[in-house]
Formats: sequence, structure tokens, C-alpha cells
Amino acid sequence: MAGPLLQDVPGQDIACGQALLTMEHVTKRFEESLILDDISLTIQKGEVIVLVGSSGCGKSTMLRCINALEPIQGGIIRLGEEQIDPKSRGLTSIRQKIGMVFQSYELFPHMTVLDNILLAPMKVQKRKKADITEEAVILLERVGLKEKAGCFPRQLSGGQKQRVAIVRALCMHPELMLFDEVTAALDPEMVREVLDVILALAAQGRTMLIVTHEMQFARAVADRVLFLDKGKIIENAPPEEFFENPKTERAKQFLNTFSFETVKGKDKQGK
Amino acid sequence: MPDLGLEVLLKGQNMERLLIGLLAALKISLVSVAVSLPLGILLGTLMTWKNPFIKAVLRVYLEIIRIMPQMVLLFLVFFGTTRAFGWDLSGESASVIVFSLWGTAEMSDLVRGALISIPLHQYESGEALGLSKVQIYRYIVVPQTLRRLIPLSINLITRMIKTTSLVLMIGVVEILKVAQQIIEANRTASPNAAFGIYLVVFLLYFFACWPISVAARYLEKRWR
Ligand SMILES: Nc1ncnc2c1ncn2[C@@H]1O[C@H](COP(=O)(O)OP(=O)(O)O)[C@@H](O)[C@H]1O
Ligand SMILES: [Mg+2]
Repeated sequence: MAGPLLQDVPGQDIACGQALLTMEHVTKRFEESLILDDISLTIQKGEVIVLVGSSGCGKSTMLRCINALEPIQGGIIRLGEEQIDPKSRGLTSIRQKIGMVFQSYELFPHMTVLDNILLAPMKVQKRKKADITEEAVILLERVGLKEKAGCFPRQLSGGQKQRVAIVRALCMHPELMLFDEVTAALDPEMVREVLDVILALAAQGRTMLIVTHEMQFARAVADRVLFLDKGKIIENAPPEEFFENPKTERAKQFLNTFSFETVKGKDKQGK
Repeated sequence: MPDLGLEVLLKGQNMERLLIGLLAALKISLVSVAVSLPLGILLGTLMTWKNPFIKAVLRVYLEIIRIMPQMVLLFLVFFGTTRAFGWDLSGESASVIVFSLWGTAEMSDLVRGALISIPLHQYESGEALGLSKVQIYRYIVVPQTLRRLIPLSINLITRMIKTTSLVLMIGVVEILKVAQQIIEANRTASPNAAFGIYLVVFLLYFFACWPISVAARYLEKRWR
């Protein structure tokens, strides 16, 4: 599946150095617990950001706030010039510009793969069925699933479903893609096929915010790594720096949970 | 071959009377079904709303109807209310009222169950794609709910048809009542008729409900 994947897809804009997503002093609470504590962040066009942090620290919540699936209690989130607000009228138009892929795929089980992909472009963007179908088939072919277009989600493996979910989001021509632990529910041998698709998207210059626990992948794909801890982004650095020389104790501890010390031989020495 | 007394069926208009009895039973159940399905869908949808008052009222209704044996409900409506309110209610009308009350309660519970079984994530992934609330219901929630609902509601319909046999208790002449009358009238001539007649009743019920079950199985296969 390597090679020139997913190129010449409309909706991308490789002009870098222009802020696409801005978060200013964003605060998010669930009842009493503070999940996002005064977070400010800018994502430039064409940037690939990886967000890491221990389980339950609020990574999914942050993505959900960006897509207005959760209201925020303070601050402002903007995509380009437009403010993202769960209560605003223009919400569906701004959501079209943000593609989101969830951990559990969330394909629509009663529709074929192709219908899953066509639904939103047809009903939300009112584009012609023939045009979207053509595009969908090209994209499916590039992720190796052309012959599955007529299948139902239940007939696909987890990795295949996740690739369909990515294509479904791409067909809306989003300006920003959000990935929330998209390989966390997959069997190990399927992780690669999904990550390869995301790598190809990165190579093509898409703007993406990725939550993942695959550290090798994070290192390969990220322009910047953010580390979220206790509601704050306490590290914001290029991957080399983050993985080699984390500044904070918390990040060091976090990274340590991904490495194993050898235990072979130690037992014998002890005796 | 034992004597099943089947020749009794050929006497006079006995077979025709049985069929008319079946129609009487079917009429009561089908009218009740026609009332129960839309009302049940309405109440079931209301039950998934957040209003605690509506929820509580509907819950109480559902529980009461469920706890009471249908026979008690029939007696209550037919004998109880005619006495208490002094109105004139035919056995058929009383039966339709009772079966509609019961069918609506059962249906609303099925609808509620099917609606809440659609995971929240399905709504969210529709929202994330930019679909409006109405579009999410129309293209995602309602089709999935219907697929879950159709086999269940068909099962309810066959249960309603079968349970109409109770209405003979309030004097409605339906198939079972006709069968009893025929057996009674031929007691001396064909003492064995009971087995044969009830067998025919069984077959008639079977052929009324069987196509519905087949349809349910077909839909279930098609829409997994
Ligand atoms: N709808 C909710 N209501 C209340 N608390 C929630 C809700 N969703 C998430 N949380 C809490 O917010 C915290 C962050 O959750 P989440 O963003 O899912 O973490 P992560 O994705 O980093 O594992 C967790 O402690 C979780 O229990
Ligand atoms: Mg999460």
C-alpha cells in the first residue's frame, strides 16, 4: 500500500504558515472536574500534530470540543476566521471542514461502504452522486478497498472499516482531520494498514491532529508533539526533541511506560 | 385411523361458521393492531425524551397494563365500566379497547428499546459529518430503528391475534366460541368431534399467523 496514496484529493491547501485552527484560553469542565485548563494552541495549515497523554487526561475531549461535539466553558476555538460554537447556526457548515475519525469506526451498519461514503456529500453538500461516486471509488482503490464498495460494514475487518471511515471523512474535503486513537481497537496486524493511510495523507500535506498511542508512528508522522497532562499542554516540541529530551518529569514518566527494561539474566545474577 | 369426528364440519354450515368466527377474531386483532402501532410509536418516542413527568406517566401505564392479565382487563372494561358509567359497550368494542391498550403499551416499549439501542456514537458520527438533526434521524436513526423493530412488532401482532381467543369470555362469538357451540350441538351424534374441531381451529390459527412469521423471518434475514 505504499506509494503515491491519496494524492490530488481536493480540499487540501499546502500553503503553510497560515493559522488554520486556533484555540485561545479554552476551558472544559465535566461538572466539577476540569478537563482542559486554559489551553491555547495554534495549528498551521499543513501541519501534522500528534497529541499524547495518559489515558483519561482529556485527549478525546479536546478533539470533541474542536468538532463542537462538546460545549466549552471558556475561551474561543476558531477554524480560520470562523468561531466554532455548538450553539451557532453555521455549525454544520463548519463541521464539513473538519473530518473526524473515531476509535470505533462508527460506520453506519445499515448502509453499504459506498453509501456510507456518499451520504454526507450528497445530503449535506448536495453534490452530484456520480461525481462523488467517482471520487469515492478512486479513494477506495487507493486504500485497497475498491472491491468492498458494495459490502456492508459487518463484512469488513476492523482495519478495513477504519480505512473506510477515513475515506468517508476525506470525501467531505475537510481542511482539518482529527484522528482519535484510530488504531486502538484494532488487532496488531491491522494497525499498519491504517497508519500507512494516515502517513500518506501527511505526505500529501494535509493538516491533521492525531491522538495515538503508537509512539513509533507519532515520531514518524508528527511535525510537533503535544503532551497533555492535568488539563495543560506541558510539552510542545518537534518529535526528536520530545522523544529524546522531554523537558518535564511527567513526560519522562509517560514515555517510560512505553519502554521495557530487559529482565533476562537479572534473575540469575541475583542468585 | 381414529374417528376424529371431522364429518361434523361438513354438516350444515359448520365450516363456514368457523371461518366467520376466525374473521371475527382477526377483525378485533387487526383493528387493535392498526391502533396500537402508530400510538405505540408515538408513546415509545416520547419515552426516550428527557421530560421526567411524561416518562413517569408512561412508565406507570406500561407497568399496569403489563401486570394485569388480559382477561382481567377484559372483565374490567366490559363488565366494570359498563356498570360504573352505565354506557353500552359491545363485546367487540370492549375487546378492541383492551387489545389496543395492551398493544400500545407493548409496542411503545419495543419502540423505546429499539431507539435507545442505537449507540450515541452513531448520532455523533453523523454530526461530525455535518448532518443536521433531522437528517441524522432520517438517514441514520430511523432506518436502524425500523430494522430492529419490524421482527419484534410482527411477533407482537401474532401474539395479539392468538390472545383474541380470550374474548369469548365476554361473550364475543369468535372462532373458539363457534367451535365450542359446534361440539356441544353434536355431542350425541359425534362424541369425538372435540379433537377434530379443535384441530381445525389450530390449523386456521396457524394459517392466519404463519405468513406473518414467514414475513418476519424474511425481513430479519434481509436486514441484519
Ligand atoms: N460525558 C462525560 N461526562 C463526564 N465526564 C466525562 C465525559 N467524557 C469524558 N469524561 C471524563 O473526562 C476525562 C477525559 O476523558 P477523555 O477525553 O476521554 O480522555 P482520553 O481520551 O485522554 O483518554 C476522563 O476522566 C473522563 O472520565
Ligand atoms: Mg480517548
